[in-house]
Amino acid sequence: MIRAGIIGLGKMGLSHAAIVSPHPSVELVAVCDTSSLVLDAFKKFSKIEVYSDYVKMIDSENLDFVVVATPTKLHYKMVRYALEKGIHTFCEKPFSLTTKEGQDLVELADQKNLVNQVGYHNHFIGTFRELKRLLKEGVLGDLVHFTGEAYGPVVTKEKGGTWRSDPVEGGGCLFDYASHVINLLQEVIGHPVKASGSQLKRIYSKEVEDAVYSVLTLESGLSGILSVNWSDETYRKMSTSLTILGKKGKIICDATELKIYLKEADPKEKLDKGWTIKYITDFEIPVKFYLRGEEYSAQIDNFVDCVIRKKTSEINTFKQALYTDKVIELIIADSKS
Amino acid sequence: MDKVLFGDNQFFAVNHLSDEKSRAQAIQFKDDAAIIRVLDQVRELGINTFMCTTHDRIASVCDHMRSNPDKYKNFNIFPCMPYAHKYANAITDLGILGTVKQYVPGNIFSSFTKGGVAFIRKDFIGLMELFIDAEMKMFKGINTPVIFIQNVIVDMILGLKMYDVFKEYDSYIRKKYNAEPGYITMNMPALLDCLNSLGIENPIICSSINKIGFRMSGGKDIYEKYLTEKTFRPIAMQVLAAGALRPKEAIEYLGKFSKIESVLFGASSKSHVQETKELIEHYLQI
Repeated sequence: MIRAGIIGLGKMGLSHAAIVSPHPSVELVAVCDTSSLVLDAFKKFSKIEVYSDYVKMIDSENLDFVVVATPTKLHYKMVRYALEKGIHTFCEKPFSLTTKEGQDLVELADQKNLVNQVGYHNHFIGTFRELKRLLKEGVLGDLVHFTGEAYGPVVTKEKGGTWRSDPVEGGGCLFDYASHVINLLQEVIGHPVKASGSQLKRIYSKEVEDAVYSVLTLESGLSGILSVNWSDETYRKMSTSLTILGKKGKIICDATELKIYLKEADPKEKLDKGWTIKYITDFEIPVKFYLRGEEYSAQIDNFVDCVIRKKTSEINTFKQALYTDKVIELIIADSKS
Repeated sequence: MDKVLFGDNQFFAVNHLSDEKSRAQAIQFKDDAAIIRVLDQVRELGINTFMCTTHDRIASVCDHMRSNPDKYKNFNIFPCMPYAHKYANAITDLGILGTVKQYVPGNIFSSFTKGGVAFIRKDFIGLMELFIDAEMKMFKGINTPVIFIQNVIVDMILGLKMYDVFKEYDSYIRKKYNAEPGYITMNMPALLDCLNSLGIENPIICSSINKIGFRMSGGKDIYEKYLTEKTFRPIAMQVLAAGALRPKEAIEYLGKFSKIESVLFGASSKSHVQETKELIEHYLQI
């Protein structure tokens, strides 16, 4: 059994704790948070050790890995401390507030040869994986345009709020919602190198943006649109999608289905001329324990597997997440110009 | 329990296969009257149980039922709490403490309210009871013989191994509401083992059961083993595997397990409801 600890017990931290704990190869030995309400609940109902200081937890628990699920501004010092102590680290997204800090962590994890992964869970959704494969196979021919979108109902009223409302703490829609889409675009289609026409719009929040619109240009020269809004209550929960247009057709992909339109049939891929609809049921990644979606368990399974086999993860590395942070910086800089 | 339980996903734009269909449903059921119309059609077909989340809009359905007591006197609701997205979005926005503040009735910092006392003393079970009462308020005067906790909460507690919470929930539902507690889960075998270890025997467990193993965590084999060998009262949901299976083959598969007491399904059109209901009555052995 490998020994695990969780730092930060907000929504994601609790969710990770509930997924890590039943994992057959892992013992969740300790959790850490500053809220005495949450820690007391653990004390009362579980056998897991509780800490209010992550340094103490790391120093005393002889952990194999930690999950860092605190507000973004705290990631740097916590991840750094864990890596220095030789502990494999899973960090929630977005990775870092500044790319300088992120770069430092990437180098440290490399130097120490530690498994590192960031919680961009869309890469563990079967439909997005299939989309990546189809693009690699070239089913759409030369690409012409893409649209990356995410909408959801997080902030739908005017009010102040938590750390998420503070721009210097990484609290807006750009860091929280758009980062998912940027990371997905970056790994599925290609790395953005330029942002133009970027708009960070406030709708209900006083201090941070609630929507992000930008034109992104990739290394290949292909350009497309990023459109993200977390104040859209026409969506019941966060809905992320990519639409890709090529000379041979078009694919619209979200977490539930892939809609493929081809001008001519692709016999190799068994795709008809016209529309083919493929559903998540065909691409679901099997998991032993399910909470909120296969992707959350599948990403932890992948990380644990890498820790046990002492091999670097190929999916969602610190380095990939750092690239997303760089694109976020490009968008911020462009929105101010 | 009735063999056929009518679900509510279609009313609240929950479609596990297509976001586009979700939107079409959101448009179709924009008005509460549209929901009530479908429920009345379902009743005419002889289905007398509506299993639904504690969504705000269910409150208006309950109001309608209370104003027509004769019409709905034999109609049951199985509430499933909480409507998780309400809380999940609130936690993202307000944090855990902020969410408790928003949804626990009364001022939680005041020692003059039940919520305040529970909060100050960190009386978690007291807080849980307050949350349950808040969610159950809309069903006052309506038959609710089985009361469920939603899978996201069940599976969170299961994963965190905070098993005593189930025990407290179980006894509170029996005591306060004179109802049978039910559990919705995506991890049926693990949950049944856990409940049995707490001394909760023959529990009502609602989980995905379908021919292709969709959302049957741990795999189809162990589910089939438990359905054959263990003692519990299973309700099958996601029987069509989000639409990947045709109704006939889907329901025929359920017929293999004599223990399955009920099937939960939702549909927007009368003909679909009728077709599925007839298949369930034909194939379910119980």
